Amino acid sequence: MRFQPIDQAAARLNPETRAAVYNGTKTGHEKRTRVLFDHYAEPNRLRELAGGIKQHVIENLDTYLPAVEAKLQSNGAKVHWAATADAACNAVLRIMRARGATKIVKSKTMVSEEIELEGFLEKHGVESLETDLGEFIVQIDHDHPSHIVKPIIHKNRRDIAASFEKNGLGAFDDNPETITRRARQFLRHKYMEADVGLTGANFVVAESGRIVLVTNEGNSRFCLAATRCHIVLVGIEKILPRDRDLALLLNLLGRSGTAQQITVYTEFISGPKAPTQPDGPEEMHVIFVDNGRTDVLATECRDILRCIRCGACLNVCPVYRQAGGHAYRSVYPGPVGAVLSPLLLGKNFPQKADLPKASSLCGACQEVCPVNIPIPDLLLRLRDRAKREHVPSPGTPPMGAWALLASQPAIWKAALFGGRLMNYLPTTLLPIPALRAWEKARTLPRWRGGEFRKWMKNRNRPRD
Amino acid sequence: MLNHERQPLTSKRVQLMATCLCDAFHDDVAVATVQVLEYLGCTIDFPQAQTCCGQPAFNGGDWPASRKVVRHTVKTFTGSDPVVLPSGSCAGMLFHGAPLEFEKEPDLGAVEALGRRTWEIGDFIVNGLGVKAWPGRFDATVAFHRSCHTRGSNSGDAARTLLRSIAGLKLVEFGEGEQCCGFGGTFSVSFPNISAAMGNLKIENVLAAKPDILVSGDMSCLMHLGGLAEKEGIPMKTLHLAQVLRDALRADGLL
Ligand code: SF4
Repeated sequence: MRFQPIDQAAARLNPETRAAVYNGTKTGHEKRTRVLFDHYAEPNRLRELAGGIKQHVIENLDTYLPAVEAKLQSNGAKVHWAATADAACNAVLRIMRARGATKIVKSKTMVSEEIELEGFLEKHGVESLETDLGEFIVQIDHDHPSHIVKPIIHKNRRDIAASFEKNGLGAFDDNPETITRRARQFLRHKYMEADVGLTGANFVVAESGRIVLVTNEGNSRFCLAATRCHIVLVGIEKILPRDRDLALLLNLLGRSGTAQQITVYTEFISGPKAPTQPDGPEEMHVIFVDNGRTDVLATECRDILRCIRCGACLNVCPVYRQAGGHAYRSVYPGPVGAVLSPLLLGKNFPQKADLPKASSLCGACQEVCPVNIPIPDLLLRLRDRAKREHVPSPGTPPMGAWALLASQPAIWKAALFGGRLMNYLPTTLLPIPALRAWEKARTLPRWRGGEFRKWMKNRNRPRD
Repeated sequence: MLNHERQPLTSKRVQLMATCLCDAFHDDVAVATVQVLEYLGCTIDFPQAQTCCGQPAFNGGDWPASRKVVRHTVKTFTGSDPVVLPSGSCAGMLFHGAPLEFEKEPDLGAVEALGRRTWEIGDFIVNGLGVKAWPGRFDATVAFHRSCHTRGSNSGDAARTLLRSIAGLKLVEFGEGEQCCGFGGTFSVSFPNISAAMGNLKIENVLAAKPDILVSGDMSCLMHLGGLAEKEGIPMKTLHLAQVLRDALRADGLL
């Protein structure tokens, strides 16, 4: 019988990859929890507070976006609006062309993955190079990131050393220090050759027009130190109202994402190089990308736009741990991706309507989310939507007959006593194929339908 | 969630919702629930028309089918007495899931009213009736699996409070306790590989702590885990929280 695509992908995943994903996520989650609860008496209150701030932003984007545009402009940056992925790619290309530039160095940005910038630039004769170690490895491997914070969580050291060897970056050596040193050496002169540095933004502050970037490798600083032009690609939902909101959000982001009090580098960029500053890009462009976000805003799943891409929900998710990120066929995998990826497709939602099914609805994701997104509720809403749009759902038992039965007490009782309920109950109790799926791995307890009701009735009778 | 908006109890009359799983498979859990509640002085009403909380279709995405069952449940559990269930998952369906799917329905009010008086048994004993220590005795090492649908409710803490207080009972923690058992309703049959892998991992973690018994407040988790273990020929004893409480009373002649 056919099962859900993500279940099939999990079954096909090779055990080594699964072990790498499992170890990486489990360690990540456990450290995150320790750090948060060691440092704060009530981290859950902080998560709620942060969620409130971001919810406020997304519900007031119509005022925040013009405000942030004005502030950025007064800081000397140019602001671009890109409604679609195409528009965003073209905006980057236009900036490159205007400068006669052909080389771009990139710090990690999920939006650039989302709009498939690399392939687009390549087609137009622009060389773009990833400078984040993980993303660099993904790039030389012609692979895809499988995690939003740790793009190569699915690879182990040996995989990486092998691909370095294949790409002419030295003989096989899987010592992490060697790998890092070799990547650094290779990248170092690339920075010098590039004309444009491209980064994402973790936050854009409306009050000050500050772009805030967090990294651990310092590569984003190199991207900006060596180039003349800085392009920021950022989703329209990344705004924070005030500088002081950063205190809360940065503290939560570092701890939730990588179990750090604060990431190694936190950059606050308030515009291009001022005349009084010795170096830095003299030109700065901020491209705000919509690409389906306003459509998401119009749905009841808008809460997902609070996401600060920390990856904590991926780390804790039992389904992600079994299936790995590639199973989600999306730039955004895991719980956040199961909600966001189908939504970003707009009316092509059915193509990924299976993702929200890939959850036992255990709620671990919401429990760790630094902005307290009710992910399980959103998954449920999308399941309802898929059903209303008549998207087929392999393996899900039909519920009509059960609902009829469960709203007719007399028949229900008769079925319980007769044991025939087996033939109508969903999930475990349904006949083939659901029952077969159940019994493939588990035994079914003995049917004792009606026994409790009999006990209840008899005990109320006087004993003789 | 509506379970945080509850009124203090005014009487000890309760309505019992046995849940469809106990109705069909696990009658002793429902029996134990009755015995435990009666020991605490409750009078129990068991509405005969009850069927299921509606969760299978809700999780499966068939909200119209689920609403039909919820409406039946609302009609069945009338009045203002608390409704007590030996399941955190079904209780959660009534105080959280059902209001979500009734958001735009005219009878949302009635659904919410039921949600506000719905309790999971452990939560009811500790936070409803104010019982913080359990009498009797239960000589065993116990691992407690907090079922996922009690996240964000008081049920997990309540169960631990009760278990810890029982003479002779030793509560052991196990690795990855926050992780789901892999049941997930229809998930268990539409994602059979992942579901079984999650379950086997849970069993491994539980057994590593060497408990005599695995206890939970939800039979769905235990049915899945017990079924997996049995299929593999791994001996693993499971009991519902209510059964442990009842057996503790019995062991001391209190029942
Ligand atoms: S949904 Fe929450 S936990 Fe997941 S990546 Fe986004 S912010 Fe982090």
